[in-house]
Amino acid sequence: MSTRAKELITIAIIAVFSVVIYILKITGVMTGIEFSGTVSTIIIIAIFLALLVILIRTLRGHLVDRRTVFLFIAFSVALPLLMNISQKITVSGEVEQVYNAVIDLQPGSRVLVSFDYDPASAPELQPMAESFLRLCFMRDLKVIVMGLWPQGPQQAELAMSTILEDDEMKAKNIKYGIDYVNLGYQAGNEFVVQRMGSDFKSMFRKDYSGRAYDDLPLVKNVKNFSNIDYSFNLSAGYPGTQEWVQVAVDRYGLKMGGGNTAVQAPMMYTYLNAGQLEGLLGGMSGGAEFEYLANFTGKATKYMLSQSFAHMVVVAFIIIGNAAFFRSGREKKL
Amino acid sequence: MRRQIPLFITFFVGTLLIFSVFIPPMETWGEDFTLFFDIIAVFAFFLGGGNLMRVHFNKLTRRKQDWTYSIVTLAGFFFMLVLGLLKIGNPGGIAASVTAEGSWFQTMFNDVLNPLQSTMYALLAFFVASASYRAFRAKNREATILLVAAFIILLGRTPFGMYLTAWVPESFSVLQIPNLAIWIMNSPNLAGQRAIIIGIGLGVVSMSMRLILGIERTYLGDDSG
Repeated sequence: MSTRAKELITIAIIAVFSVVIYILKITGVMTGIEFSGTVSTIIIIAIFLALLVILIRTLRGHLVDRRTVFLFIAFSVALPLLMNISQKITVSGEVEQVYNAVIDLQPGSRVLVSFDYDPASAPELQPMAESFLRLCFMRDLKVIVMGLWPQGPQQAELAMSTILEDDEMKAKNIKYGIDYVNLGYQAGNEFVVQRMGSDFKSMFRKDYSGRAYDDLPLVKNVKNFSNIDYSFNLSAGYPGTQEWVQVAVDRYGLKMGGGNTAVQAPMMYTYLNAGQLEGLLGGMSGGAEFEYLANFTGKATKYMLSQSFAHMVVVAFIIIGNAAFFRSGREKKL
Repeated sequence: MRRQIPLFITFFVGTLLIFSVFIPPMETWGEDFTLFFDIIAVFAFFLGGGNLMRVHFNKLTRRKQDWTYSIVTLAGFFFMLVLGLLKIGNPGGIAASVTAEGSWFQTMFNDVLNPLQSTMYALLAFFVASASYRAFRAKNREATILLVAAFIILLGRTPFGMYLTAWVPESFSVLQIPNLAIWIMNSPNLAGQRAIIIGIGLGVVSMSMRLILGIERTYLGDDSG
């Protein structure tokens, strides 16, 4: 069989598998599936033993190819989603800062949340968005949403629709225009932030759904950043937290926290330690820590188990790769 | 004149924007100038769309390598363009927002673009794992330091890191993996990032001065300067 034919068969199998999983998900069949503690333990031991076997085989000179690595990553990401194992979550100082900043706000305070990411980064940032918005509404804060990325406001709508299904949120009777507003997307990157420093309305004459700025009770008296009590930026790149800090924080004195992808978060420690950024949620672990503080078990806590397993598998394969490297006299390539 | 006019515009706008930051009465001038960005951005959207069509039509008509993917690109582009412009399925009709709940455009975003982009991003996990396996080697001192740092960060960001070093006495808690990960992020990482940011800042300043003073002229299509 040719390589092309093998590729096509693999793609077909993955496509069929994905469609089946998707149908099971939307029909609700997947919701109730959960491994028992015994099954979870057996799976973990099986993965550990398999990695041990690979290490021993590697030391004997039998190298594994990258398809085996892919297979282990697939298992380590997918299977923990069905496990019911709780992990101890240690809260870092930067996450606590964001939480405290929200808690310290008086009910009715205005919080600006900028959604500067697209669906590609949603698995990491969407859980943060949901838990942050949820905490804001629980504290009776008023939320103004916007985006410097075209798909950002749509991600905000998805987050809103998810949290508004919650019974606690329904009890709050949250109303659009009074409790929250989605101002939508505006092109112009950091120039939008700069203009907002003097006049919000000049950048957002209409909201996401086409309503005039002055018709929205929550924002009609919001002139610029001086009317905002706290800001939270969910960012996956440019324009994002860095631009908000450089313009809104440094020039206009906006109080701001950040929620970044794990790749971007290390770059933000500069602003965090300088006090320009009041708190930071970095990657999935940041989201899980925030959920823990907010006393809410959301997606980040659930996905964190998969990430932990994937990290462990990556660590195991780095050890295996180095074992092969040293065994082959530091010459052989994998 | 073909060169003098763009050079003058660059000098004038650049100088004005610098002054607008430092001289308060001129602050609004700088903000007014930012409106030009919006105007240019509108043209950039058209230019981007036009360029996408030109490149892929060209690939398609000349049957270049992987031309079949161009069909998918163009079909997706026109399909979403029609859905957005005509607001097909929009519950509020043509006057309502393009992203209104229930519109085909929004449905495509939620049910097609969202999972597809998430899938593409998720593939990163496989590539990172494969690359780590094949390339993360203790080849020399620098690579070993990098390897150890990666190990600590990978483990420190998960509860496993805490379990592994839970036996370390409280008086030596700095040696626990999560604390080591925090130290790496707050000290060596911070120092490196600051150096990079300061370097970028100085680079931006010097390049801006070269542009404003007309020393750097490559943007005019002239690489002699």
